[in-house]
Amino acid sequence: MSEGAILSWRSWAPWVALALALVLLPRLLSSGSSLTMMSLMGIMIIFALSYNMLLGQTGMLSFGHAVYYGLAGFVAIHAMNAIAQNKWAIPLPVIPLIGGLAGLAFGILFGSVSTRRGGTVFAMITLGVGELVASSSLILRSFFGGESGITANRTKLMPLFGYKFGPQIEIYYLIAGWAFIAILAMYAITRTPFGRMCNAVRENPERAEFIGYSTQTVRFIAFCLAGFFAGIAGALAAINFEIMNALSLGAAQSGTVLLMAFIGGIGLFWGPILGAILVTFLQVTLSDLTGAWMLYFGLLFILVVMFAPGGIAGWLALHGPALRSGRLGRLLPAYALAAVPLAMAAAGAILIVELAHHMLVKASSDGSLVHVFFTTLDGASPWPWLAALALLGVGAALTRLAWGPVRSAWAAVHAASAPVDGPAEAAVVPPAAQGVLPT
Amino acid sequence: MSAVLSLADVHKSFGPTAIIRGVTLNVPTGERHAIIGPNGAGKSTLFHLISGRFPVSSGTVSLHGRPITGLKPYEIYRRGLSRSFQVTNIFPRLSVYENIRCAVLWALGYKYAFWLGVDALRSVRERAEAVMTSIGLTRRRDVQAGVLTYAEQRALEIGLAIAGGADVILLDEPTAGMSRGESEQAVQLIRTVTQGKTLIMVEHDMSVVFGLADRISVLVYGQIIASDTPRAIRENAAVREAYLGQAVH
Repeated sequence: MSEGAILSWRSWAPWVALALALVLLPRLLSSGSSLTMMSLMGIMIIFALSYNMLLGQTGMLSFGHAVYYGLAGFVAIHAMNAIAQNKWAIPLPVIPLIGGLAGLAFGILFGSVSTRRGGTVFAMITLGVGELVASSSLILRSFFGGESGITANRTKLMPLFGYKFGPQIEIYYLIAGWAFIAILAMYAITRTPFGRMCNAVRENPERAEFIGYSTQTVRFIAFCLAGFFAGIAGALAAINFEIMNALSLGAAQSGTVLLMAFIGGIGLFWGPILGAILVTFLQVTLSDLTGAWMLYFGLLFILVVMFAPGGIAGWLALHGPALRSGRLGRLLPAYALAAVPLAMAAAGAILIVELAHHMLVKASSDGSLVHVFFTTLDGASPWPWLAALALLGVGAALTRLAWGPVRSAWAAVHAASAPVDGPAEAAVVPPAAQGVLPT
Repeated sequence: MSAVLSLADVHKSFGPTAIIRGVTLNVPTGERHAIIGPNGAGKSTLFHLISGRFPVSSGTVSLHGRPITGLKPYEIYRRGLSRSFQVTNIFPRLSVYENIRCAVLWALGYKYAFWLGVDALRSVRERAEAVMTSIGLTRRRDVQAGVLTYAEQRALEIGLAIAGGADVILLDEPTAGMSRGESEQAVQLIRTVTQGKTLIMVEHDMSVVFGLADRISVLVYGQIIASDTPRAIRENAAVREAYLGQAVH
């Protein structure tokens, strides 16, 4: 390992695997809709990871991260149009870099104000900046294009090696390539002196000042870098959709990226990657299945906050030690036992949501018959409601009961893996398990 | 002038309440200086003023002959003054090694570098390991700081203060809440790690104070009523009356 190298050779293995996965995925999932979805996932992975540079790494809760994504997207759209119009020799794959630099520039501009303070003050300023930019996007029509937005044609740029980036598969590989670079770069940053000090500022900003660091400078650099990577994501979105409108920099988009990072897990680097994949998948599929998909989203978020504050990644990482010691098998029977009533409760909840959604939104035009779970129920009759309530109630009660075996299975796993050395060693808590230990 | 740290007529008020009422103090290079005084005398406040946590209301604090009044904590740190806290103030969810490593980064010149791999920086690793050895926490390298025992956290607290190699060290009640045995170990630790440095400490435990200090200042109600060798302080009538009367048997 040479002095100052960020990654050692052994740590390259997961990156080779990631690169292979990115290259081979379109062979496995080659349909048009899965290509579209994977392209979107790649963009959102970059965006969610950039957000976690703030929230997870530095402890900065931003409510306006879409500003950098959206503004960079607009800059990218205008850049594409200008390049096509003037026939400049700039190929499409360079556009995300332009977007990144735009995100960085806006990060420097707004970050110089918002990062002076941490905590609640920072959160409030990001909210204000978000609203400011979102409302000005409806006024500055020449740049933001009003409600209809601004369009571009990505194929009008100079072809690169004969590729004109018309077909979605070429866009997928463009996104995958940039996603790989961005993920690697953002991971590497966590392994630098600056990255470690971000964690220190997150943990105890006061003490960081007494070991030589200006917390304001740490926050500012983190904010600018997060803006840069959000800008890359925004430009890729501009390329992918060939249109940008004011929605992409508004509060809803800022909320979505927070959801992705949190549901995936902000305590681990790869958490937001999971979150971006899952949330994008749900956004695309659920919105086809049900009109109440936003509600499910909210429920999922509440459940994660209440029961798995470390997110999905944090919950998965809990199982790492058990997996390594070969004791994961002891947990499975208890999990299987708990899964049945959990599924019952979920089915009951879904029934209630679907019945309510149908009766409140659609019944006046479509009648009271509801299609759900491959059957048809009459929302005007009390019986489906009572059945759904019973499912939910009984499922929830049984889940509570089934929690006992889950807990004792965990206790058995912990007892079996406690080393002879006793509490001194048992006190080693992997960073992965932060705040997600089962109680 | 050989005073590495000097305070000239320093005052501090919180609203109408005067906490520090004109403190003048000169600490020469290499001295181990203890500040003692009854509860509420303003000892910790004095440390906060020196280290930049609070701004002074009036007066001047100088380090190496240059005024540091009004500077931010990190600016004072960069000029060579480092401190520990009375209430343990560490990075609880980072490992012991990460804690110490963060505290050596600035001193070794890595600052805000986001282009260098921190694990591969040999100077950082070696300095962090040396500090862990000196505070006796090598065995606890990968343990989260938040789950260390109290005495270990106090040792880490001192480790964070000395890791950067500052030449003026402020320790705020380093043995607070320790048992007799732990506190003897802590004295030994402080003696070793502050070798060749200037040490200013606030301490309640008189055996620690008289065992460590070259000179003692007695702070009562925001003013220094005496500043002398331990022997002279022990015999000072005003000090005995104000403070030591109950503490020394």
